Amino acid sequence: MTADFWTWFFVVATFSLYIGIAIWARAGSTDDFYVAGHDIHPTVNGMATAADWMSAASFLSMAGLIAFLGYGGSVYLMGWTGGYVLLALLLAPFLREFGKFTVPDFVGDRYYSTLARIIAVVCALFVSFTYIAGQMKGVGVAFSGFLGVSFELGIIIGMVIVFFYAVLGGMKGVTYTQVAQYVVLIFAYTVPAIFISLIITGNPIPHLGFISNVRGEDVSMLQKLNTVVTDLGFGEYTQTDKSMLDVFAITGALMFGTAGLPHVIIRFFTVKSAKAARVSAGWALVFIALLYTTAPAVGAFARLNLIQSVNGATYVAPENYDEDAARILAEGGKPSPEWFSEWEPTGLVQFRDKNGDGVMQMTGPRDEEKFEGEVFASSDIYVLANPQIAGLPSWVIGLVVAGGLAAALSTAAGLLMVISSAVSHDLCRRTFFPNMNDKTELRVARLSAAAAVVAAGLLGLFASQLGFVAQVVAFAFGLAAASLFPIIFLGIFWKRMNREGAIASMITGLVTTFSYIIYFKFVDTAPTGWWFGVSPEGIGFIFMFLSLAMGVVVALSTKAPPQDIQNLVEDIRVPGTRQPHGMADKEMSPMLVD
Amino acid sequence: MSGPTSNSTSEYKAYWVSTVKLTLYLLAIWFTVSFGAGILFREFLDQYSIGGAPLGFWFAQQGAIYVFVALIFYYCYAMARLGAKYGLEE
Repeated sequence: MTADFWTWFFVVATFSLYIGIAIWARAGSTDDFYVAGHDIHPTVNGMATAADWMSAASFLSMAGLIAFLGYGGSVYLMGWTGGYVLLALLLAPFLREFGKFTVPDFVGDRYYSTLARIIAVVCALFVSFTYIAGQMKGVGVAFSGFLGVSFELGIIIGMVIVFFYAVLGGMKGVTYTQVAQYVVLIFAYTVPAIFISLIITGNPIPHLGFISNVRGEDVSMLQKLNTVVTDLGFGEYTQTDKSMLDVFAITGALMFGTAGLPHVIIRFFTVKSAKAARVSAGWALVFIALLYTTAPAVGAFARLNLIQSVNGATYVAPENYDEDAARILAEGGKPSPEWFSEWEPTGLVQFRDKNGDGVMQMTGPRDEEKFEGEVFASSDIYVLANPQIAGLPSWVIGLVVAGGLAAALSTAAGLLMVISSAVSHDLCRRTFFPNMNDKTELRVARLSAAAAVVAAGLLGLFASQLGFVAQVVAFAFGLAAASLFPIIFLGIFWKRMNREGAIASMITGLVTTFSYIIYFKFVDTAPTGWWFGVSPEGIGFIFMFLSLAMGVVVALSTKAPPQDIQNLVEDIRVPGTRQPHGMADKEMSPMLVD
Repeated sequence: MSGPTSNSTSEYKAYWVSTVKLTLYLLAIWFTVSFGAGILFREFLDQYSIGGAPLGFWFAQQGAIYVFVALIFYYCYAMARLGAKYGLEE
């Protein structure tokens, strides 16, 4: 009961805060709406970027995924952080110097082509919609799992909140709510992590606990975990069954995909200068690393704890837990832990007694007894049940739920900005109605943001019925890596890159990655057919090189870009020298450094 | 800023060459700590350990991320110094 109270308390309190910020940070112009007046402080933008980036999946599922995959989970850790190095060194400062509002702005203007702009819009929309479906689903799950409202109503409440600050405030409202959301989510993540680290290793800092001995024993935490999981018939925690090439390719696809994701890139248009964009990328990674370096520790601790408290325990049904557990204890037995029975109704943990002995066996695939998987634990449970496992007061659980919602809403809002600006700015203003004035564009922007919120909500409802969200996440990263990253990179670092090369490169990346993922995710799901053993998650990395090569070959066999464009590229390479150029800037003048 | 003169154009070229060199050095480190230490040479590094964690595994789950953060801030510092050397207003 008290946990319910605290959950409502934190959810209502944080949501009111977000709405308050939305009213305070209303957008007055398209400059406010798309790029928050391009005057956000680099540290503030770094924090907003971190919230924008860390989704419901990062917050709830990643630690559990790592707990399950062990070393194999490293692809997410390196992939989703290493991309920021690429962003800081190769893209963000130059794109800021270019001085427009969106990624298709850059593609269309740098490559002097409406067709290139439209292909970029298609890529941006596709990437963002696949991503946002998962966020809205996360909101629905959080509400239905913890607050006793239906999944559908949960999504609608989430939509209303996002509607408020995305439609009213645009990028400006989104930025400041993301800052608040970051604070909520990082606090909710680290507090339970500190306590569980104390319990397992005696060290309050999870990062140090990760490389310490188990409390009161003379064996390191990871060694003990290795022994425990191999005894049960699982693979060693610090190893993986994946091939080295596949691990390499997935890490690469996630890194380059991160750097090419439009909702991340546009955050760097909100700062004042190229220099601010660089510093801001550094801060973003600091704030992201706080969670991403804690997650593997949480994953390992929780796996060890789950096995120790559940394996070999006598199952106690939730109905009469206290009495039954006390009886088993009195008989000298080991009852299943209380948190297990509390989470059972949500379906996130389940016990199937395959050998009918009433004891919970957590054996793995290599065990001889062959009744593997008597205990099912969803990857979300590790973070969600942490506070109870660590014996923390019930308000911490409420905080974790508010943190998960903050992670989902902040990412959804960033994606909505990409979707609405793709429609109102890239399509309406830049492609079809170049004479639209600022006021009209702002109205259209709000309208398309509103439409995007509704579309995202419907997609969340629809996606959860089909259950394909996890299947298509590979799309977002693969497509961003293979279709958007190459042409942005070449557009900055290779003056000779031209319109024809860009179009060929984008289409190559889009078609190859799309076909491979569709084929191996939905048509022939057997890994035996994978090319060179590379999974659909990693294929974007391989096709990225194909896309780069195609761009270079086609560019070299066609006419060089106009001198005007080449001068523009020279401008964006040297901070503070950007000047308007007739060809690329005649329809929209760049935001210059004041 | 006034329009580029022939003198400043060659200065800008030199600035850009320095930028690209710096970028390549830093990307080499980026590659070494992640794809290198965390993946390609993991098994070799795993024979050493850091506080009970196999070193290659530790790089893949912790070390690489710490180095990434340091890399970006070093890049900011080096670029600011480079900008000052060429008298760029940032």
